[in-house]
Amino acid sequence: MFKWLEKNLPKIVMAPAVGLIGWFVYGFVLWTLYISFTNSKILPKYELWGFGQYEKLWASRKWLIAVDNLLIFTALFLIFCVVIGIILAIFLDQKIRAEGLLRTIYLYPMALSFIVTGTAWKWILNPTLGIQKMFRDWGFENFTFDWLVDREMAIYTIVIAGVWQSAGFVMALFLAGLRSVEDEIVKAAKIDGASLFTVYWKILLPMMRPVFFTSFVILVHISIKSYDLIVALTQGGPGISTTMPALYMTQTAFHKSQVGLSAASAMMMFMAVAAVIIPYLYSELRRENAR
Amino acid sequence: MKTLKIEELSKNFGSTEVLRKINLEIDEGNFLVLLGPSGCGKSTLLNIIAGLETINEGNVFIDDYNVSKVEPKDRNIAMVFQSYALYPSMNVRENMIFGLKQAKTSKEKIEEQLEKVSKFLQVDQLLERKPSQLSGGQRQRVAIGRALVREPRIFLFDEPLSNLDAKLRVEMRREIKKLHQQLKTTVVYVTHDQTEAMSLGTRIAIMNHGVIQQNDTPENIYNKPSNTFVADFIGSPSMNLIKGTLKETSGEISFTASGSNVEIPIKDYEFKDKSNLNNKEIYFGIRPEHIYFKKSNEIDFEINLRANLSEYIGHEQIITFDYANQEILAKFPSTIKIELAKETKLFFDITQISLFDAKTDERI
Amino acid sequence: MQDSLKSSSYQQLEQKSKYTNMFLRWFLYFILILFASYFIFPLYVMVVTSLKTMEEIRQGTLLSWPSGLNLESWAVAWGGRGYGAGDTFLRPYFWNSIKMVVPAVFFSTFIGAMTGYVLTKWRFKGDQWVFLFLLFGCFIPFQAILLPMARTLGVLGISNSVVGLVLVHTVYGIPFTTLFFRNYYVSVPTELVKAARIDGAGFFKIFFKILLPISAPIIVVTIIWQFTQIWNDFLFGSTFSFGEAAPIQVALNNMVLSSTSVKEYNVDMASAIIAGIPTLIVYVLAGKYFIRGLTSGAVKG
Repeated sequence: MFKWLEKNLPKIVMAPAVGLIGWFVYGFVLWTLYISFTNSKILPKYELWGFGQYEKLWASRKWLIAVDNLLIFTALFLIFCVVIGIILAIFLDQKIRAEGLLRTIYLYPMALSFIVTGTAWKWILNPTLGIQKMFRDWGFENFTFDWLVDREMAIYTIVIAGVWQSAGFVMALFLAGLRSVEDEIVKAAKIDGASLFTVYWKILLPMMRPVFFTSFVILVHISIKSYDLIVALTQGGPGISTTMPALYMTQTAFHKSQVGLSAASAMMMFMAVAAVIIPYLYSELRRENAR
Repeated sequence: MKTLKIEELSKNFGSTEVLRKINLEIDEGNFLVLLGPSGCGKSTLLNIIAGLETINEGNVFIDDYNVSKVEPKDRNIAMVFQSYALYPSMNVRENMIFGLKQAKTSKEKIEEQLEKVSKFLQVDQLLERKPSQLSGGQRQRVAIGRALVREPRIFLFDEPLSNLDAKLRVEMRREIKKLHQQLKTTVVYVTHDQTEAMSLGTRIAIMNHGVIQQNDTPENIYNKPSNTFVADFIGSPSMNLIKGTLKETSGEISFTASGSNVEIPIKDYEFKDKSNLNNKEIYFGIRPEHIYFKKSNEIDFEINLRANLSEYIGHEQIITFDYANQEILAKFPSTIKIELAKETKLFFDITQISLFDAKTDERI
Repeated sequence: MQDSLKSSSYQQLEQKSKYTNMFLRWFLYFILILFASYFIFPLYVMVVTSLKTMEEIRQGTLLSWPSGLNLESWAVAWGGRGYGAGDTFLRPYFWNSIKMVVPAVFFSTFIGAMTGYVLTKWRFKGDQWVFLFLLFGCFIPFQAILLPMARTLGVLGISNSVVGLVLVHTVYGIPFTTLFFRNYYVSVPTELVKAARIDGAGFFKIFFKILLPISAPIIVVTIIWQFTQIWNDFLFGSTFSFGEAAPIQVALNNMVLSSTSVKEYNVDMASAIIAGIPTLIVYVLAGKYFIRGLTSGAVKG
């Protein structure tokens, strides 16, 4: 008896993790998948209904707005985070005094919750007392900055807050990447006569391809999951102009009592994430095995 | 006009003195090796010549122009690095022409140079490949090609063979030597491997603790080391240094090892200063390969010593002898049978000795 | 003649590069400081607003300095006004979060450490797949499990409770903690374990006597990461609890959104700072571990 225990101890110790994840991740996702094919309303029903919920989903104006917002947000979020992140990383790579202090400043937003971030920016972007008032009191009398309550522009306020929170992370990744390059390559480039700009543009940044890849994947992942930030900043408003898939899912499940529809939206989010993550994991593992 | 001249060069990193008042000159076409153990300052000196490091004191002249404050790209030099430092995201062609493109060379000239050099180094079939798809030897040739293509005045090599395995190292060493013979370029080459230095260099500057110990031809460094550091650094195994005293009686000089009463006569030795030799404490230096088991010439000194240890290295064997409680090594062909724990008759070739002051370690 | 021409052009090269270098250096610092202000700005505004009275807020701008150190908003944010029902303040929810975070961090870290240990030092066929299996849990959008989890918590009788949240955070922390420990233990040489086995040490002994003592860095990284994630969570908190059992982020959001009386922006800001202080302090004190967690977790995928 003890011999058997001893021999299988590793597997036994691993069992809780595997079991919990198997149940609470894989099991639950499968359950949600199943429910998305039923006509569940307040309570789950278990008779299959086919693709009805998905048809409903893609016919829903609110969902389409949510997806549209997601695409806009993701594109801008990605571009700004990466551009700002790279610029900051390159600048910090130049042997700056107070580099540690600056790094701390650029990264501290990541330590805050999205609710705190959203609350702060909500106040800053306050149409009457925030930035608009600040510029007006400085003399720019006709300055308007009421994006927060503007149906067309509200989505961009989420971009501003989101980039503020996450750009530092991209910077940290690129800075680590740049620093891992052996300095003989930079020396060779200097002897070849490359200007500092050329060194970065033609040599170092192309070497950062894996970091670009990783950043994109992680930023897209963060973007698809955006929920807390929207709730704190705009609650999906004005109206439904800044609603996003995560918000849609929660609202249909718990406020509209449309469990089946909510499950369908959750599965759409799941598939979007899988489409990005699975190729990424596959290529990462291949790289690790090739070493 | 000297191709490279270094004048009173000093360099510190913080409070550590890395180079102390270095003076060095090379003529065109020479292959100068900077040789020394790690930390001796040779790489720093190379980087200063390249312009990659700043100078604290002193000057660097290339073709008599003071380039001490000039950027690397304007110094007309090229460098081959230990790790080759090929740009990973570019293919071989782009790697090799990168410097020419930065100098805004015309397209025709670039193609002309590329073809010439890539054919010469036999990398013309590899032009479309990326560095990760090349073998170690190929990468080195591309690195050399990148330097050659710019036709610089001076080639700088920073321990380019250190990353290779032993066999490849010997092969590449011969390729570099052949290259130098064909192109007659001026080279400054850094290494810690004395075999490499001796086989490649037309001149060697041995460094230790930021100071040049001896700057000379390989033959002189081997035969007439200027201090005990050089004597010990060169040669494998290194020169035997036997402690003892000199005696001078009416113009006749002899050496007695401490603990022995055997007097070895010193004849035909070029002393720097023939005064005050009597009772001088010295190191008597003789290389293992200059200790024979058969008489080689008339003035060989005969001595009987006890063999304690033998090491067989294939074509040779190294025998450790006991000489008045000091260990000395001798190198013999492995066909000779030496009996251990017995006294063997040995012959010292005293035309090949070096004598050093025991207090200053300098050659006398 | 040629010589002096050449040397003067060298001099010109020297001079030009000196001036461009200086200009570039100033430009560099300018941009860096510009961005630093973008990042500091919200923090400054939060602090400064929380120290003003509503009157000052209405009269001044975002940037204006408070007239005095008015800590009233902080007191209200933390302890309320004592009006009774309908008055939300942070104190009880702060403690809810603490009661939730501590066990969740502990359990998820412990399980992650053991699992990482098994996956790297007791290799078996298919262990790479098991790792992938677990890793996947880092990436799933939690929307895909909210519904079944809500039901499960209800069935277990722990919905809307701190215990329920502890379970949720422990389970969904496991993929991350396993990732951290696995990546760390992978670079610990197996010779250590082999030597210990030859010496007769068993499974647990090896873990506690050999691996654990050298695990301090990764334990710190994991704890900091988990603490930050769980303290900052809103999705699980708002979905699986409400009212009295809610964690602090949920309470913060409720406070800010409630439109019962006149909007008190200073109290809002004070509340936000209180909710953010714990993770901020951890970040300032142990920032480099935090960053290590971010970059290693991300880069190793």
